[in-house]
Amino acid sequence: MRTAPEDRATPEPQRVVAAMSGGVDSAVAAARAVEAGHDVTGIHLALSRNPASYRSGARGCCTIEDSNDARRAADVIGIPFYVWDLSDRFHEDVVEDFMDEYAAGRTPNPCLRCNEKIKFAAVLDRALGLGFDAVATGHYAQLRTGHDGAIEMHRAVDHGKDQSYVLGVLDQMQLRHSLFPLGDSTKPVVREEAAARGLLVADKPDSHDICFVANGDNAGWLAEKLGDRAPNQGGDIVDSTSGEVLGQHGGTYAFTIGQRRGLRIGRPADDGRPRFVLDIEPVSGTVTVGPRSELAVDRITGTRPRWCGTVPTRLAGPGVTVQLRAHGDEHRAAVEVAGDEVRIELLDPAYGIAPGQAAVIYDGTRVVGSATINATARAGADPVHQR
Amino acid sequence: MTEPGIVYLDHAATTPMLPVVVEAMTAHLPDVGNANSLHASGRRARRVVEESRETVARAVGCRPGEVVFTSGGTEADNLAVKGIYWSRRDTDPRRRRVLSTAVEHHAVLDPLDWLAEHEDADLELLPVDERGRLLVDALRDSIERDPDSVALISVMWANNEVGTLQPIAEVVELAAAYEIPVHTDAVQAVGAVPVDFAASGVDALTLTGHKLGGPYGVGALVLRRELDVTPLGHGGGQERHIRSGTLDTPGIAAFAAAVEAAVKAQPEHAERMQALRDDLVRRVIEAVPEAHLHGPQLDRAATDRLPGNAHIGFPGCEGDSLLMLLDARGIECSTGSACSAGVPQPSHVLLAMGCDVEQARHSLRFSFGHTSTVADVDAVVAAIVPVVERARAARR
Repeated sequence: MRTAPEDRATPEPQRVVAAMSGGVDSAVAAARAVEAGHDVTGIHLALSRNPASYRSGARGCCTIEDSNDARRAADVIGIPFYVWDLSDRFHEDVVEDFMDEYAAGRTPNPCLRCNEKIKFAAVLDRALGLGFDAVATGHYAQLRTGHDGAIEMHRAVDHGKDQSYVLGVLDQMQLRHSLFPLGDSTKPVVREEAAARGLLVADKPDSHDICFVANGDNAGWLAEKLGDRAPNQGGDIVDSTSGEVLGQHGGTYAFTIGQRRGLRIGRPADDGRPRFVLDIEPVSGTVTVGPRSELAVDRITGTRPRWCGTVPTRLAGPGVTVQLRAHGDEHRAAVEVAGDEVRIELLDPAYGIAPGQAAVIYDGTRVVGSATINATARAGADPVHQR
Repeated sequence: MTEPGIVYLDHAATTPMLPVVVEAMTAHLPDVGNANSLHASGRRARRVVEESRETVARAVGCRPGEVVFTSGGTEADNLAVKGIYWSRRDTDPRRRRVLSTAVEHHAVLDPLDWLAEHEDADLELLPVDERGRLLVDALRDSIERDPDSVALISVMWANNEVGTLQPIAEVVELAAAYEIPVHTDAVQAVGAVPVDFAASGVDALTLTGHKLGGPYGVGALVLRRELDVTPLGHGGGQERHIRSGTLDTPGIAAFAAAVEAAVKAQPEHAERMQALRDDLVRRVIEAVPEAHLHGPQLDRAATDRLPGNAHIGFPGCEGDSLLMLLDARGIECSTGSACSAGVPQPSHVLLAMGCDVEQARHSLRFSFGHTSTVADVDAVVAAIVPVVERARAARR
């Protein structure tokens, strides 16, 4: 039995693994799990065999310093602490997938993949095997027990910090074995609580970048790691309306649909407005650019659906929305499910929607499920970006 | 002291201080006096240090002037390996080869790697057999290929992970023919097996306090007086100008008390440890039939293995899972291998013994010490079956 945040004061005690990144959120989450009466063991996931020694830039995990921070937090909380080496699984399921997706001209979200394949799969499986009942993390999302007894995941109280988007890949089994102790709090409250608990990570900066990409330099990292796997080492940047070649680029993997910066075309469009990446064609190496208006889509096809509970067939109504990127807007939508295909109709057009990203479907604040964006289209037009 | 209710079977990592050691240390903690000062207080401290030096020398079979106090095993290993290499190379620039084994502790392996990377050393890590023992023929071949180019040979006395005793006498015999200096890391050996510096014929020997009932942070390099060693650090010129730094009088007094007590007790201690170890190995393998002892087997253990070491493989389990599950039950042991950068690594020792990565990760090291009793063995035997089952479930 899971417990809703409101009755967290009297939970059924469980044996819990708290995944501790070394940041403030997971430290407070672990402390709250202890306070709720659970028997908590802290673990830090080693996601690289050769972690860097110190944090740099906005990365908030995965260095030895972060591992030490997590260990110190566990000491302060008074729980056992171990490092689990998930580096092989992480490389296979997250890093390789990340490279493959960019090579194919899509824009993956490795945090979702990590939650799906590592934190709530490899780690959860290992924890359950070792006799634990649940994995607790510092994600901002809420779990509640629905009327039918199923576990529902809802957006966090703090919508600014809400992380239900990156958890939209969790199924009912995974949710039943998850704890998100921070879902009912705002970040400032969590920081204050960390300070009050004597956790030295209280004022550690938030992490924003992809943990395995140093300095947030995606394109540079991909250029180095892809090597021969890059589909091309460069190609034309083409204007969508005139078909004119506007410039050259060093590899399609450096681009994302909707991207505006770093095109280095050197001259403005005829109308003086900025140009955006509209399409990425990895085989020919062509990057098509054009005005923002051409980014508008209102039909999305998703594949690889993951459902938090009952599989829906059709969802429509005032509360139904989709979120199409981390920290992105909520878009009013109607959703139709046909087997492994999810068809999403947006009531208002959205811009810069990149295949490879997840479309997470909500009914009100409740996460229904998610699908990986495969194709997008404008009203009345044939789907583009179909790969 | 070990915590009440805790079954502590990680004495190879560190073992509790003996009461006589605590006494020796605390007796000198309030004393003022730098052992290098010329006044009465200095002379008093100096006297404690020199008496300690003589005590250590008596215990390990060397002359007092051959004892160089250090901050412990790692410093002593670094001093030996780098110091001898530099000095030998500076005397004859052809001497760039360093011969060692693939199963050394990182306190030897890492300075050797550093020498290879930064000081042009030509490092040869010689193979071991499936029990972890140096292949002496490989060493002979390596030396004889070009004896004049060998700067130094470093072979540990006993392996810290699997407990294998190395053929030091044969190493010394091979090296002596060409006057090549031999260093041995005897951190695990002193107090566990008979160690006599002069009789062994080695030129340098590392020992440390906290592995034999002494304090942390103090050890020694026993160094033949004729051997020139380039210091790692420079300063006040203490310890024959080889190891500068104000002498830690209480630490050194405690270290000497520990070495003396451990060496004196060694025969009975070894017998008792061996009985506990054999009992543990037999009963664990009886309870978990797929489990197996790494390193020399019980029939050869009396001569080939440290008495208090049991390194057991549990197929189908992660050593880390086993360790965690036992820890949760109050039983403290080790996987035996080092963490590299916070990440548990497959043991380089087991890999060198021919294990694959899977096998190198499925092991636990139980190591006995002076506080161990048969109740500790009973506790492990009682816990091991459910723990192994759980650890296997975690792999599925």
